[in-house]
Amino acid sequence: MVKNIVSWIDERIPMTATYNRHVGKYATPTNFNFWYFFGSLAMLVLVNQLLTGIWLTMNYVPTAEGAFASIEYIMRDVEYGWLLRYMHSTGASAFFVVIYLHMFRGLIYGSYQKPRELLWLFGMLIFLVLMAEAFMGYLLPWGQMSYWGAQVIISLFGAIPFIGDDLTLWIRGDFVVSGATLNRFFALHVIALPLVLVVLVFLHLIALHEVGSNNPDGIEIKQNKDENGWPKDGIPFHPYYTVKDILGVAGFLIVFCYVLFFMPEGGGYFLEKPNFEAANPMKTPEHIAPVWYFTPFYAILRAIPDKLAGVIGMGLAIAVLFVLPWLDRCKVKSIRYRSTVHKLNITQFAVSFVVLGYLGAVAATPVLTIVARIFTVTYFGFFLFLFIYSKNEKTKPVPERLTH
Amino acid sequence: MKKLLIALVSLVPALTFAAGSNVPLESANIDLHDKASLERGLDLFQKYCSGCHSTKYQRYSRVAEDLDISIDDMKAKYKYNDSKVGSLMENAIPAKDAAKWFGATPPDLTLVARVRGEDWVYSYLKGFYKDPSRPFGVNNRVFPSVGMPHVLEELQGVSEPVFETQQIDGVEVQTLKELTPATGGSMTAEEYDQAAKDITGFLVYSAEPIRLERESTGVWVMGFLFIFFIVAYLLKKEYWRDVH
Repeated sequence: MVKNIVSWIDERIPMTATYNRHVGKYATPTNFNFWYFFGSLAMLVLVNQLLTGIWLTMNYVPTAEGAFASIEYIMRDVEYGWLLRYMHSTGASAFFVVIYLHMFRGLIYGSYQKPRELLWLFGMLIFLVLMAEAFMGYLLPWGQMSYWGAQVIISLFGAIPFIGDDLTLWIRGDFVVSGATLNRFFALHVIALPLVLVVLVFLHLIALHEVGSNNPDGIEIKQNKDENGWPKDGIPFHPYYTVKDILGVAGFLIVFCYVLFFMPEGGGYFLEKPNFEAANPMKTPEHIAPVWYFTPFYAILRAIPDKLAGVIGMGLAIAVLFVLPWLDRCKVKSIRYRSTVHKLNITQFAVSFVVLGYLGAVAATPVLTIVARIFTVTYFGFFLFLFIYSKNEKTKPVPERLTH
Repeated sequence: MKKLLIALVSLVPALTFAAGSNVPLESANIDLHDKASLERGLDLFQKYCSGCHSTKYQRYSRVAEDLDISIDDMKAKYKYNDSKVGSLMENAIPAKDAAKWFGATPPDLTLVARVRGEDWVYSYLKGFYKDPSRPFGVNNRVFPSVGMPHVLEELQGVSEPVFETQQIDGVEVQTLKELTPATGGSMTAEEYDQAAKDITGFLVYSAEPIRLERESTGVWVMGFLFIFFIVAYLLKKEYWRDVH
């Protein structure tokens, strides 16, 4: 009976073939480690955001007069509204935690290198859209930090010569951030950008399954196939990695739910304290800080003295990641078989990123501005050094088969 | 490495600076399980604060339910207007008039404990001192140039400020060192501390009424997840036996 139904469908759309291609007979390297959990976790968080977002939308009021009160209505009067709201707000931060770790995985194992350049580009587009999605979502609670954060970030576009002022006016739909801005951000946050995100995630997965997964050894398992054409170091995604990813999900949920149930404000980083006060266009908060996931780039912006140069610097900090596949000219992918220089360079890059993230969250002082400048240089230095030494890098011999 | 060390060392003063204000706060140590304290806090808040400050994101009926107060008691003792018990806790004065009288509309206080923190609220309630230069004759230790009178003066009495002279950037500045014990109120110092704690507790409750339930639900969720983790681990191990 089931067999008949399946073959009836298969004669009309390639259901079984698609399942086999992407899950059942997708050859996956045997040696995925801890770093490989974050791709599936990003999918989990995306689904969490989509579902909780739909339910929040049912009670949220996207107007300047009603937005803040409707959030408190959700927190107090809607059955389990508090849970939906905290799942969504904690999920936003979790999304960036997971995505940053996922990107770092790609960085250390060279997953952006040929033939995975397009896979990396789709990933970077996802990151870019995710930042826009998070930024617009943060305006919706209409708290003080929502309002002033949006005011500051949108005003950055004003630094662009000639069209700057008209551009900010066009983005806001008003001379200041107002109900008009809130309405359009709501539309973009709940419809336009999620659609783009889902399409990009789809393309990211198609690209991945076309070229196959990289692995901690950074070698192509497709180059060693048995007589049936199955990679000797490959195992089918299901059931091996489905059960392993379930373990990853369990571990992730322990951390996620601990934050959600016991510290939903995330120490003032996931939900900033001033955001519990309704937006007031007449009262500027003492210290405007973007949410933590933007702070590394915000620190770069502040570190550069000229406003336009700062905006360009911030843009470059993200743009340079797009061209990473062409900056790294080394043929060896994994950090395991690359030079000490490369290992040190990646380490200093990670340190720079974290320190910039911290600096972007605190008020600027003259000393801290100097520190931020140093780490802005080391951030960009990573890419410059990489381009220089990767051409003739002293690498270790790469194994034929996967090691561990 | 050296750079990192320099960075880390230089961050230390920044941490304290980033807090915005360097006025030391007193610990409130709020216990949300102490419903009698929260109810006393509600009583004091309604008597002394609600004339000007609303708590307009919460409802009388919800507060009654959460603090184990009967609906009749809520109506008789704590609800001063003729609104329905299921309505939001608005205040008595129109915002426009309030802005005219005080220079600014008194803020809604439903969420003040989440904006400022419980220790700040507690320190604020205890922080008023005599300052003839201010319109209402008082100032506040944690909220300099505060725009409201010391409404709890009949309970606490009033403190005198003790100043000390400090050198800041080579200039002599008078800074507030401490407050003398308040005199002239109907309460002893201990009684007033408790009253301030009661009000603070009520405001911590109203900032997030679901907090206790959230935490107790969380314990069950964590318990389930630990078991789920073990099951997931065993499942993974079973499936992967033939791989290595």
